[in-house]
Amino acid sequence: MLAVTTVAIVRVRNLFAVAVLTGIYSFLMATVLLVLDAPDVALTEAAVGAGIGTVLIVGALYLTKTDEARPVHGILLPLVVAGGTAAALLFGVSETPPFGDPANPVHAQGPDYVARSVPETGIPNVVSSVLASYRGFDTLGETVVIFTAGIAVLMLLKRSPPKRGGKG
Amino acid sequence: MRLDLILRVATKLILPYMLLFALYVQFHGDYGAGGGFQAGVIAGAAIILYALVFGLAAARRIVPAALVETMMPLGVFIYAAVGVAGWLTGGDYLEYNHLARDPVHGQEWGVFLVELGVFVTVSATMVAIFYAFAGRGRAR
Repeated sequence: MLAVTTVAIVRVRNLFAVAVLTGIYSFLMATVLLVLDAPDVALTEAAVGAGIGTVLIVGALYLTKTDEARPVHGILLPLVVAGGTAAALLFGVSETPPFGDPANPVHAQGPDYVARSVPETGIPNVVSSVLASYRGFDTLGETVVIFTAGIAVLMLLKRSPPKRGGKG
Repeated sequence: MRLDLILRVATKLILPYMLLFALYVQFHGDYGAGGGFQAGVIAGAAIILYALVFGLAAARRIVPAALVETMMPLGVFIYAAVGVAGWLTGGDYLEYNHLARDPVHGQEWGVFLVELGVFVTVSATMVAIFYAFAGRGRAR
């Protein structure tokens, strides 16, 4: 179903339908993540991808035309770019540890966190305790990233005062 | 805007539960799935839904843009301040063990405050981005 949705997103030229299909894709992805025992990530995917993302895409559509424009250049350049990206991603994937291997780092260090979480932090959800306590610096960085993204969007989109120039 | 009675009533019915669910995800994140980020997104989505159905002006009356733009840096500030508090109470930066009378209690306080900071920033950012898009649409 994920593959069918992806092909549909690429083939359909009506952008409104594409926006809805993107939301469906996010919900399917959330289901996959739930099957992989990652409810935290699934909740995020459902809320951000299917909820906010779809609303923002539709909001952007409101500003533009709803039909995809004809491509202005040939098929060769996008093909090279997409093929190159796919090759780079496959090369990256080949370096990751095999799925389900008991010797993976997650199995070497995971039980340590699971054992330490409740006595040290009193938090049964290990994802929360790792996120907010053991990896507090990373989460601080993520919060700053979200803040920076919001500031960047505001700087780009917020209507500047009538007088052009200056600080805007 | 007169023909969307069903949408308006349904939104009014759904909104309190969305906000309640956001708070549940926020404060129950220690025990179940979720945390500050997810709760912030759900709360932001509730505001966005209100803005979609009742119009941008009504949403801006409840959640003014100035408030949203204050909350964005405020969340980061709360997070960083918790780190500094860990410093001042005798630990490392972002070490929560000394925030309360015993380490476990301190950890719970630290995680709670940090998640609160994430919640504030994330929800405000979602609403701010939506306001920026929607406000642009009205300007045309």
